[in-house]
Amino acid sequence: MADVKRKNPAAAGGLSAVIWGAGQFYNGQRLKAVILFVCQICFVIISPHLFQGVKGLITLGEVERVTKGRKVIEQGDNSILLMIMGLTWLFIMLVFLTVYFGQIMDAVKLARQFNQAHFLPEGREWLKRVSHKGFPYAVLAPTICLVLLFVVVPIIFGFLIAFTNYSVPNYVPPKHLVDWVGFTNFQDMFKLPMWNDTFWGVAVWTIIWAVLSTLTCFFGGLMMAILINSKCVKFKKFWRTIYILPWAIPGMISLLIFRNMFNGQFGAINVFLRSHGMISQNIQWLSDPTLAKIVILVVNFWLGFPYFMALMSGVMTSISQEVVEAARIDGANPKQEFRHITLPLVLYTTAPLLIMSFANNFNNFNTIYFLTDGNPINPTYKYAGSTDILITWIYKLTKDNGQYNMASVMSILVFMVIASISTANFLRTKSFKEEDMMG
Amino acid sequence: MTKKTNDISISGFHKISEIIKTVFTYIILVFVALLVIVPIVWIVGSSFNSSSSLMSASAIPENPTIVHYKELFGETKFAFWYFNTLKIAVINMIISVILTMLSSYVFSRFSFKGKKLGLLSIMVLQMFPGFMGMMAVYNILAQMNLLNTHFGLILTYAAGQIPYNIWLVKGYMGNIPRSLDEAAKLDGAGSVRIFVTIILPLTKPIITFVALSQFMAPWMDFIFPRMILSSDTKKTLAIGLYDMISSDTNNNFTMFAAGAVLVAVPITILYVCLQKYLIQGIMAGANKA
Repeated sequence: MADVKRKNPAAAGGLSAVIWGAGQFYNGQRLKAVILFVCQICFVIISPHLFQGVKGLITLGEVERVTKGRKVIEQGDNSILLMIMGLTWLFIMLVFLTVYFGQIMDAVKLARQFNQAHFLPEGREWLKRVSHKGFPYAVLAPTICLVLLFVVVPIIFGFLIAFTNYSVPNYVPPKHLVDWVGFTNFQDMFKLPMWNDTFWGVAVWTIIWAVLSTLTCFFGGLMMAILINSKCVKFKKFWRTIYILPWAIPGMISLLIFRNMFNGQFGAINVFLRSHGMISQNIQWLSDPTLAKIVILVVNFWLGFPYFMALMSGVMTSISQEVVEAARIDGANPKQEFRHITLPLVLYTTAPLLIMSFANNFNNFNTIYFLTDGNPINPTYKYAGSTDILITWIYKLTKDNGQYNMASVMSILVFMVIASISTANFLRTKSFKEEDMMG
Repeated sequence: MTKKTNDISISGFHKISEIIKTVFTYIILVFVALLVIVPIVWIVGSSFNSSSSLMSASAIPENPTIVHYKELFGETKFAFWYFNTLKIAVINMIISVILTMLSSYVFSRFSFKGKKLGLLSIMVLQMFPGFMGMMAVYNILAQMNLLNTHFGLILTYAAGQIPYNIWLVKGYMGNIPRSLDEAAKLDGAGSVRIFVTIILPLTKPIITFVALSQFMAPWMDFIFPRMILSSDTKKTLAIGLYDMISSDTNNNFTMFAAGAVLVAVPITILYVCLQKYLIQGIMAGANKA
């Protein structure tokens, strides 16, 4: 029976395209066919939700809430929920589409395979193979679900909000509907003087802050590491443990302590200076814009130099003695040894951290928020204070002022900066050149 | 003869400059040590002050008292906050370590369809700052009835750090020679056994790093607990302590100081003891970034 021994790949594919698993059934893989058919039934059952969900994502709701006095007569659509649910359904739909096209290709491929080998695994044999092949997916499944729901969907949502009018006071669900507005928010950010001025003011300070805070900590840490590791210093471990304390104490607590020490009225620093007759009037450490910025940088130095010191100290002690010996035999004096071996090695190994640290400082919410709250108030800024950096401004826009759409515009800009730094950093690391990167 | 005297004078000069250098080094070391220690001494001292205002808080209290520590447990929900934070930290650590280890193992040692896409997504996702999806996370948790629950907060923490952790650990595992796996495979060991007997012991330093950083996060994070948790008994320490002194009346200052000491002491000890692992982990991250 020649035709029993031959399967038509096109027929198998065509069958699967209509009824999931039909091609597999035709190929003689009954168990697989049943499982795929069950998938199709699931798909049919949830498909109304799928389409509803995607429709909601596109329209963001059509029925506005109707109220009479305080009573809600008609619930209406909640645009924000529709958007989030829509995104989630979109991902579920993607999964089903992958299964659908996958099983069509599978039917075609296996029909061909059958024509060559005249055998396809079925029943238990097939299950065994699938469970072997499916092991990675089974292990990854919980991680993927968690990341999709709590990272991917929120991030995409965060992006999409930038293209809507979701903001206080007129567009807040469930009371009102939210609509897509295209690039209007981006235009407002760069055209309306109030937004534009604030943006550039805050952005410039953010960059100055990120550069200075990174550099001071980096070179401060380097200096301390060199001092501790110099030959004349005894009890190296003791000194290192002291200097590591600011890194070890929870940052938020140290910052709140400094906020109180620098308090303009009752702070310990003013009290100390006054009682020793060094000042006659209180210094407004945190209420003067320039002074506040300096205080922030100084405090950040206190918090940040131990991190680099610890890392660099680690590198210095791990420099192979062989290299040092070799240099000595070649007649290098301690100074040359330091300049040509220790320093380059330390800088080389910590350079990626310098870049990462810049990216972290760019988004250093804690230092600014806990030390000054972004204050003092700047009357020319919209919803921002003089010491606010972009991230704290975004936080205030979201949390205190309900300007979700503008906050989202800013998030996108911040992301672009961080992403380009990370990408540049990544491209220059060795791991990218290693073939194992994706292997 | 002249040459010899020359030598002596040079080494004498050398000695003096060496001494000056040593003295100078110690001056800087002591100065910086003072800068580091003074705020710490001040806050510890303040917590034992008898008055409760910031104004009179001094490093060396005149009538030391532990009344503020008592107040902390009597008048605020400090014990609750402490327990909540510890609970969230431990569970977050366990979930994160399990998910990260398993996923990194799969990404490092198996080939499967979609692996490239997966790795690429992880790389892109780890660049996003966690706050970006804040509003959506809030709404999703609201939909799942997880607002004002610790479980919601734990899920947020664990999920948020997974991409970075996988990236880090996968890179670390890549350095473990595959010949070890293959030898074990020849001896008849399955994937699970290879994972438990070979991969896990060899990745201990990086597991410690992931565990430690996941354990630490809830002690200092402010944004997410502020957003997710609302009732007083469910707060974490970060929120509790912040609220104590962010109000306009600065009369809670010494109580805050007492709370700060109780939080900072164990965390600081943990950090100092485990700094070796932290440094290793950071360097591994830098070279794989």
